[in-house]
Amino acid sequence: MYQYNDFDRKFVKERVDQFKDQTHRFLDGQLSEGEFLPLRLQNGLYIQRMAPLLRIAIPYGTLSSKQARKLAEISRKYDKGYGHISTRQNFQLNWPALEDVPKILGELAEVEMHGIQTSGSCVRSITADPFSGVAQDEIEDARPYAELLRQWSTLHPEFAYLPRKFKIAVSGSTKDRAAVHFHDIGVIMAKDENGETGFEVLVGGGLGRTPVIGTSIRRFLPKQHLLTYVEAILRIYNQLGRRDNKYKARIKILVRALGAEKFTAMVEEEWQHLKDNPSTLTEAEIKRVSAFFEPPAYKQNADITKPSQLDENKEFSRWYLNNTKAHKQAGYRSVVISLKPTGMPPGDVSDYQMEQLADLADHFSFGELRTTKEQNIVLPDVEKSQLFEVWQVLTDNGLATANIGTINDITCCPGGDYCSLANAKSIPVAEDIQRIYDSPKTLEQIGAVDLKVSGCMNACGHHHIGHIGILGVDKKGKEFYQVSLGGGVGTDAAVAKILGPSFSQAEVAGVVKKITDLYLEQKIQDENFIDTYNRIGIEPFKEKIYAKAH
Amino acid sequence: MPKLIKNDQISADNWLLVEGSEENQTIPEGDVIVPLTLFLAQQETLLASSSNTGVWLDSSESPELIADQLQNIDMIAINFPAFTDGRGFSYAQILRGRMNFTGELRAFGDFGIDQMFFLKRCGFDSYLLPDDKDPAGAIAALSSFTDTYQTAQDQPVPAFRRSI
Repeated sequence: MYQYNDFDRKFVKERVDQFKDQTHRFLDGQLSEGEFLPLRLQNGLYIQRMAPLLRIAIPYGTLSSKQARKLAEISRKYDKGYGHISTRQNFQLNWPALEDVPKILGELAEVEMHGIQTSGSCVRSITADPFSGVAQDEIEDARPYAELLRQWSTLHPEFAYLPRKFKIAVSGSTKDRAAVHFHDIGVIMAKDENGETGFEVLVGGGLGRTPVIGTSIRRFLPKQHLLTYVEAILRIYNQLGRRDNKYKARIKILVRALGAEKFTAMVEEEWQHLKDNPSTLTEAEIKRVSAFFEPPAYKQNADITKPSQLDENKEFSRWYLNNTKAHKQAGYRSVVISLKPTGMPPGDVSDYQMEQLADLADHFSFGELRTTKEQNIVLPDVEKSQLFEVWQVLTDNGLATANIGTINDITCCPGGDYCSLANAKSIPVAEDIQRIYDSPKTLEQIGAVDLKVSGCMNACGHHHIGHIGILGVDKKGKEFYQVSLGGGVGTDAAVAKILGPSFSQAEVAGVVKKITDLYLEQKIQDENFIDTYNRIGIEPFKEKIYAKAH
Repeated sequence: MPKLIKNDQISADNWLLVEGSEENQTIPEGDVIVPLTLFLAQQETLLASSSNTGVWLDSSESPELIADQLQNIDMIAINFPAFTDGRGFSYAQILRGRMNFTGELRAFGDFGIDQMFFLKRCGFDSYLLPDDKDPAGAIAALSSFTDTYQTAQDQPVPAFRRSI
């Protein structure tokens, strides 16, 4: 993974000093709340319902075991012994004290971490496919480009006060695991007719209160132009994005208002002024950054047969099937560790668990971990023959829940329990649903279902792109939940459709049960939930759920 | 009174900032910074006078609107109606980077210590610091960071092209 050089280290240290001074000036009364707000946000600090929330960047979800141990230590020392993986692959602390934050950032800097641009109206921490570099289907590793974008966007002087937040995601594969269609800018690795690699560029996708699928404004951008092209897009947005209404300030609204064609023309024109300037990537630089992401020293003769314990151990077998993924390197698998055991807030991880995961990474996965937008943690490079041992350690630490990709692998924002923006709680709803599907057999029967819960229309739980999406809404001071169906990412990118009138918290799990019951009744052969839905449409689901009792 | 920071120190301000949007208002004597509407309406008078001419742009006024007249303008001031309104940063980059404007480029309005470094990087070289802001802090903030990753007006070469 990327290693800081002296330049990076000095830069982050100066950022820590800067924020220390800003916090001091705020506590001293020299800075007003309003003036301090964007400064603390751009260092990851929100003031929440109970306490501040500190969002720590995990750039494109890549984390070393050393960094994971530091996160564990910080969770223990400055918080309540746990943290939370966000849907943008970052790490959140729910209870740090404001005056401790500069100290925390100082400690993070020791392990090359920070909270830079994890919130606020700026270019946010870059996200990418968590299986970058190990997925069988990728054209090229997305991480070097995500890192180049990270460096370029870090404290970019022109784009620190944008109309609104700005999210960029990178995918190295057309099988999109980074939701590139739902970002302000999504870049997908592509090849031109000569076999050269570059990017397709999507703009104006997003979730939130107006979900939009991004528009492709360039089918192929040669890779050396990545930074100047992104700069052109941001320059147009910074000048023309609406600033009078925060709900209409995202770039998706601008693209819609101008029309994709006009917007594209403006970007291309702006780019003509920037193209080939010194920000153009050099072969040497691409090579230098790519070198940090070279494959680790895989065993060349790793055992490619399936683990022998699969036949005799049902639980291990179930876990292997759901929680491990195919790997580029023969004899290896990627392991997805579920942070979704029933009854725990989805995405939460304790300090102790984090340390166990760091140890596992050191022993079995070249010291590296990844975080996913589904709020799980990945050990990217585990030898097949060692999977059983890994599973045993995970089992001993409550980390072997075999539900990845199932309906119980729920993506869920912190919701009304923590977040001051939320209209409704989301964690208890997730738990109610998980309790319905309490047997492995039921989970297996229902198969792949992506269920996502957001506590408000800001959509941090990504409910619009869930096969089943649940959104907390406020109706006359009471918490209700709107259910939608059919969302998806990648080649199946779609915004989920609303089923109908909303439900009370007590009703939600029952409604979800009816949805999966109908699927089981209607499915043909091996059809997945989403395929059945796409075939029969939303109507049968509406009928089943809203049918009046006879 | 707002204080002018120029060349990393508090400086005397010889310019008079003219407000108001009346196209036919009388322009005072001396070096003036006039609003865009006034400049466009009374360009000939302004250019005929022996004094220096400055134009100020509001955050909704793109420098494209004066692209053709830049050679006649000695200074441009850009208003920040709210410090969260970052359009002025792009305007400065365009004026300096693409339009090659070499006159004084001044920030005024609502900004403070924590915007100084970015303002400087985008090409501003004078700052009319609001009254309630500490000028010493603002001057110190011009060098908050020793070095930066990306290019801007203060650094035409990105870090990756320099051996650091």
